[in-house]
Amino acid sequence: MNLHEYQSKKLFAKYGVPVPEGKVARSPQEVYEIAKELGGPVVVKAQVLTGGRGKAGGVKLAQTPDEAQALADEILGMEIKGHKVLRVLVDPASEIKQEIYLGVTNDRAARKPVLMASAEGGVEIEEVNRRSPEKIIREHIDPFLGLRDYQIRNLAYGIELPRELWKQFARVAHGLYRCYVESDATLAEINPLIVDGSGNLLAVDGKMSVDDNALFRHPDLAEMRDTSAEPPAETEARAAGLSYIKLDGEIGCMVNGAGLAMTTMDMTKLFGGSPANFLDIGGGAKAETVAAALRIILSDPNVKAVLFNIFGGITRCDEVARGILAALADVQADLPMVVRLVGTNEKEGRQILDEANLPNMITASTLADAAKKAVAAAKSA
Amino acid sequence: MAILIDKNTKLLVQGITGREGLFHTEQMIEYGTDVVGGVTPGKGGEWALGKPVFDTVKTAKEATGANTSVIYVPAAFAADAIYEAIDAGIELIVCITEGVPIQDMMKVRAHLDQSHSRLVGPNCPGLLSPGQSKVGIMPGHIAMPGNVGVVSRSGTLTYEVVYALTQRGIGQSTCVGIGGDPINGTNFIDVLKMFEEDPQTEKVVLIGEIGGTDEEKAAQYIANYMTKPVVAFIAGRTAPPGKRMGHAGAIVEGGAGTAEDKIAALQAAGVRVADHPEQIPDLL
Repeated sequence: MNLHEYQSKKLFAKYGVPVPEGKVARSPQEVYEIAKELGGPVVVKAQVLTGGRGKAGGVKLAQTPDEAQALADEILGMEIKGHKVLRVLVDPASEIKQEIYLGVTNDRAARKPVLMASAEGGVEIEEVNRRSPEKIIREHIDPFLGLRDYQIRNLAYGIELPRELWKQFARVAHGLYRCYVESDATLAEINPLIVDGSGNLLAVDGKMSVDDNALFRHPDLAEMRDTSAEPPAETEARAAGLSYIKLDGEIGCMVNGAGLAMTTMDMTKLFGGSPANFLDIGGGAKAETVAAALRIILSDPNVKAVLFNIFGGITRCDEVARGILAALADVQADLPMVVRLVGTNEKEGRQILDEANLPNMITASTLADAAKKAVAAAKSA
Repeated sequence: MAILIDKNTKLLVQGITGREGLFHTEQMIEYGTDVVGGVTPGKGGEWALGKPVFDTVKTAKEATGANTSVIYVPAAFAADAIYEAIDAGIELIVCITEGVPIQDMMKVRAHLDQSHSRLVGPNCPGLLSPGQSKVGIMPGHIAMPGNVGVVSRSGTLTYEVVYALTQRGIGQSTCVGIGGDPINGTNFIDVLKMFEEDPQTEKVVLIGEIGGTDEEKAAQYIANYMTKPVVAFIAGRTAPPGKRMGHAGAIVEGGAGTAEDKIAALQAAGVRVADHPEQIPDLL
């Protein structure tokens, strides 16, 4: 789960990281009020869960409250990479003497957290990594020892941070790391961390991602999820306990298991079609689950055919077949449905579907056969 | 022979009285796995499916001589269950539980690396040495004994491949599900090394997916050390970047972890990569 800049910076502040005293607004009028209250020039920043806001014109400097209001009027409602801007953050503008990058994330390969710093702040760290990886200084952290002072000194030295800032830098780094640990984050990033006009460090932009699997122990963070930033079907799927990701093809896929779901998507492509979604209905596959999944798939107007690929391991195919029929009784659909049931009780499962004798149902025996039939059905639909 | 589990596996089930634990224990016993007991804190002294239940892994191990444990406890308690098994000196720990927080797993890994235990999983279907032993949730009837080793990050996709092999009369030595999480106990290289050394295994099937660089590392290992032929399949060619495809570990991040990169690395290592799972038997 990704957090907005304003949410991330609020969390950072709790851990002693200095951030600008800005506020979030949903209307130009609110922006005017905040700018007036802050006094002096302000930055109006679109709050969307995607990068490249600056380039898209979503971050603007305003000298007066009137100007801030006018800019907010432009920015609010703007679309940035498919994300509609519903909120802006109004921060006091800061004089920037230097821009630094500081972030902590999980290093999958090292199986440890890694704290990274770079003197090349203000640009995406992936970009720095591509162009000049030597400019990123890394310290891996033993999760039992935690972040040690010497590691922070290694970073400060590595990015040639002036010595008079080392103490402040240590406070920021410790704060950021604690925030990462205590929020079960997968990423906590300050970019840029600036040296401001008075020579102090200030986190002017921030980003956090929280481990979805850890949200059960962070109800406060779970509430921060911005569902307006995702397709409504994904929100609905999460509530139904399904894993669904909307894509832009025409073949709706309903599969049990994540790896098999990806494979099924890939196969529609292999045979000349393209998948409309990723959807894992998980184990068990009760009728209600199948019905909910089918409703979600059919809510996508691009879908021209639905491909069911169920591998009955512990799940029994006859149960799934009943689930599909119950779902179809519940959800009206005349699209072609290609069904492949394989594994435990597959004969019984197929028999149940055959007896139902649905005009729009096509059965398939192998995965390749099913994918080909779904592609053909979608093309002729 | 086979790897990791065989006829000598004496299995303890952590979470034996839970819904999942009970259901799969019954399946494992039916398959012929030597289940020697279970652990559920607070239920020590009871019996489940004719097996003794203990309060702690330590007492269970002392009483039964278990050398392997399988974990079916909820995600919030999974890390503790793994620590308990490590500290009781269980040699092989198989964690089926899905949804273990990644920071828990980073600590588990750090502790595990100081121990003599091996962990498989979490978020995995477990292990199956056809005709000998089954630990986890793989459906036993789709497999048959033979000489192909199967290692995979997935669950049902593994079943799909194993089923396709069995249908063509190609048996398996051991099927290993290493799990779909970004940080796990056993990776591809660990398993490839075991297959390379196992006399029963003659060929290997590797099933990978998007996310991380484990497949690339496996490719390097295969090129340098494997004498046995390897056939691979990689899921997720159509997965969009930045989205987690069901498995916590299945995500293309910052341009890294794509199916294309993995396929290219494997092909460069001389591995034949199938376009779809049903092609695997032909490539073997």
